[in-house]
Formats: sequence, structure tokens, C-alpha cells
Amino acid sequence: MPTITFVLKDGTRQDVQAAIGTSIMKAALDHGVTGIEAECGGCLTCATCHSYIDSEWIDRLPARRPEEDVMVECAMDVRPTSRLTCQIPFTEDLDGIVVHIPQSQI
Amino acid sequence: MQHFDVVVVGAGQAGAQLAISLREKGFAGTLALLGDEPDLPYERPPLSKAYLSGEVDQASLALRPAAFWADHHVALLLGERATAIDPAGHALRCESGRVLNYGSLAWTAGGRARELECPGAQLAGVHVVRTRAHVDALRDACAGARRAVIIGGGYIGLETAAVLAKAGCEVVVLEAAERVLARVTSPAVSAFFETEHRKHGVQVRTGCSVVALAGDDRVREVVLSDGTCVPADLVIVGIGLVPEVDVLRMAGARCGNGVEVDGRCRTTLPDVYAAGDCASHVNRFASGARVRLESVQNANDQARVAAANLAGVPTEYSAVPWFWSQQYDLKLQTVGLLAGHDEAVQRGSPGSRSFSVVYLRGGQVVALDCINAPRDFVLGKKLVTVGAQAGAADLADPAHDLAKIAARLA
Repeated sequence: MPTITFVLKDGTRQDVQAAIGTSIMKAALDHGVTGIEAECGGCLTCATCHSYIDSEWIDRLPARRPEEDVMVECAMDVRPTSRLTCQIPFTEDLDGIVVHIPQSQI
Repeated sequence: MQHFDVVVVGAGQAGAQLAISLREKGFAGTLALLGDEPDLPYERPPLSKAYLSGEVDQASLALRPAAFWADHHVALLLGERATAIDPAGHALRCESGRVLNYGSLAWTAGGRARELECPGAQLAGVHVVRTRAHVDALRDACAGARRAVIIGGGYIGLETAAVLAKAGCEVVVLEAAERVLARVTSPAVSAFFETEHRKHGVQVRTGCSVVALAGDDRVREVVLSDGTCVPADLVIVGIGLVPEVDVLRMAGARCGNGVEVDGRCRTTLPDVYAAGDCASHVNRFASGARVRLESVQNANDQARVAAANLAGVPTEYSAVPWFWSQQYDLKLQTVGLLAGHDEAVQRGSPGSRSFSVVYLRGGQVVALDCINAPRDFVLGKKLVTVGAQAGAADLADPAHDLAKIAARLA
């Protein structure tokens, strides 16, 4: 199965086998990746699935939609690589993507 | 008799989050999560929205897959209902006869849908919306129904009204108060939602009280106090929640509107915590009043506080309350509590279907309702959290970005 690598707050890496079509947020929750809260379940209300996409990968993602842009601002320590992981469907092209978990959600 | 270091009673949002947070904090003891439904812990917000409409299925409601709970050594005791607590003996009895010994107990049992007490309330065709099974039954009933009467114009009533209207039902909403959403928002926002529902063909009747449901084998009409009979193929009752705390009350816990907890989510019983919809707590965003909040935010944040304290890290609850609702293409996001404001400032126009109302008390931002205005919600949350002072003129000007006010705080 294709893999997502999460880099946790303490720097350790957690590889997760994820189904194509799921969101990166859902893959993180299902595999107990700590640091992703996803309180609103992915309906763009909370910004607690915020992560930094590795700079090697950020350009391969579809751009943020305006609705995501607005909610990302709600996150802590926003950077150019900030994304809400509920808005990123996991596709075959993203096999191997590296996602960095922020120090804090909200 | 089984022993668990922590037993969590109630496998909804708060219970699931509490178990998850305990493990995240490194709690290594034995842990059981007990729920009276057969389902894996699941999200309730979609029940009155995307699950009712059929856009999402049961599997996608699950908060975590079965493997997650096994991997994290959380014993899921599903289909079990707690019936008694022996606080001195640290024991919990279930309806099935099972008895569990606990080191600590966390009560996250939420509540049950309040039922009508009038004649006919138990007729077939009368539905409530609280559990997945309720909504499955409602979806089946909708298939053959043309006229739906919804009793209660709160979040649940209006969300289900939106789904049923979109599905082609004739929908009547009956609200006892003079306006919908009366408990949670201001007259301007209530009026906006009433208008929107009417535009979608929903009949909204306010200030009317239901005296009976009538029918033979099943409900056929709703009888109002003025004698009017509203024909109905099905009735949905959305008149609030009764907190599920009888077992705690019988065990001697102090209960009022819900079970009382302190800032660390402790009840008055030894080693018994509570969190979520059933827990009344002193909230600093309610001017220090004791309140009971029914929301995902409160469930999650209290669960985290309870988990931290159970894991030995003293932590006080102080999170800012927030809520959301989805009706048609309208997303209502609320931050803060409407607990006595002296000024309500509108930003933007309801006609544009994107606007906010900022509530002030003594010039201080205490809450916002944001309709299709997520930026105001995001920035407003910062203002409410710190209790920012803001001028009505600035707030009323949509060109004056709330970021400027928020930035002054930084």
C-alpha cells in the first residue's frame, strides 16, 4: 500500500499505509498519529488538522482553495507550507509524501 | 469481576477523545470504553446533515477504525449500559449484569433526546435525532413521507428541515418561542435563518405550542394549542437534550442541570470525572456562570482536561466555546456564548448571505455569529479568547478587517 510519512513533534518518523482516496487527515487519525486533532471532522471549521507539507512535496499538491486559505490562518505558526490535511486527498502521485506535524494545534 | 484502571462510560465524542488523550499522554494502565450503542465511537454532527441526506455512510462516521482501539489497548465494551455506581467500592454495574471495578471513572454519557410529554407522543412515525440508529429509522421513514413536521426550531430541527426540504418533502417547523434558534443566537440571525428556510419552501411557525399528536396506528397530525391541526406523515422532535446523569445522581454526585464538575472535570464523587454534554461547569466565557454546553468543542476540550488530570498532570478547563451548523449552503459558525451582551454589531449584509454579528458587553467582544464568513470566525475567536475591546464603528465596517483589531492585541 502507498505510504505517508508523518514527522512527529519530537522528530520521529511514522510511516502510515493509507488507502488511495482517503484524506491525509483521516489516514493520520486512523493510525493514531499524534498531533492531528481534526475536531470538525473535515468540514473546514476548526483548523486542527494543520500540518506542514515537506518542501519536496508542497508543489505537487493542488493549490489551497479560498475556504482552506481562510481557515489555515486560524492555525498556530502558519508557514508557506501550511495545509489543512483534511483538504488533501491521498492520491497515487503522493505515495511517499512527508508531512510534518506542528508543535501545537490552536 | 473485571478491573480497569480507568473506565470511561459513554462512547461518544467526549468518551472517545478522553481515551485517545489518555494514551497520547502516556497513560499505560488498563482502559475500558463502554457505550450503550453497538457502533464504534462515531461523530454525531453529520447525523442531522450529511448522514441524513445520505452523502456519507455509516463507516465514515467512525471516529477511529476498530484496529485503532485494539492497537491502543482500549477495551471497547459496546452495547453495555451502566446502571449503578458504588463509589466507595469503586464498582460499576451494567444492565447485562457485568460488574467492573475501576481505579478512576470518567462519565461521558452525554444525553438522550428530550421527548414530548403530550398525548400521542409515543405514536409510530414520531422520530428523534440523537443516534445513528435514530437517523437510520428516520431515513427509512422519509422514503415514503411527503409531509414532515419538525417540532423545535433549534440546530437539530433546522438542519433536518434543510435536508428534508432539499429531498423534496413539504416541511413545517413548529417553534414554541417567538423565533427559531432563540436559545443560541440574536433576533437578527434568527430572522435570517427563518427567511432562508421560507425561501426553500419550509413553513416556519413560531410562538406555537403543541398540545397533542393525533393518529390511529401512526401519527397523522400535530395539534396546536389554538386548535390548528398540521397534517404529518412523519414528525421529528428536536426539543433538546436530557443529560444522562441519573446513575451519578443515585450514587450521590451533585447534579443540577447535568453533573457538576470543577475546573479539572472532577465530580463530587471520589475518582469520578465527567466531560461533555452531561457536565455542568463554571465557564469563564459565561461570566463565570455554571453552564452545560452541547458541542464537539466542549466534549473534546473537557475530555482532554479530564485525561490530563487522570494522567497526573493538573489541568484546568478554560477553552473558548465554539459551535457550527450547516443548513443548505449556509455555514453558521459561532464563537463565545451569548450570556448577556449590551450591543450587537452587524458586519456585512444578510442579503449577501455572508455576514457576521459581533456581540459586545461593555465594549468587549464576547461572541460572534458568522454566516458564510469564516474569516470573521477565525479572527473573532482570537478576539473573544482574549476579551478584546473593539469599537462598534470599526466592527460594523466589513472593509475594516478584524485582523487589524486582532493584531493590536499581539
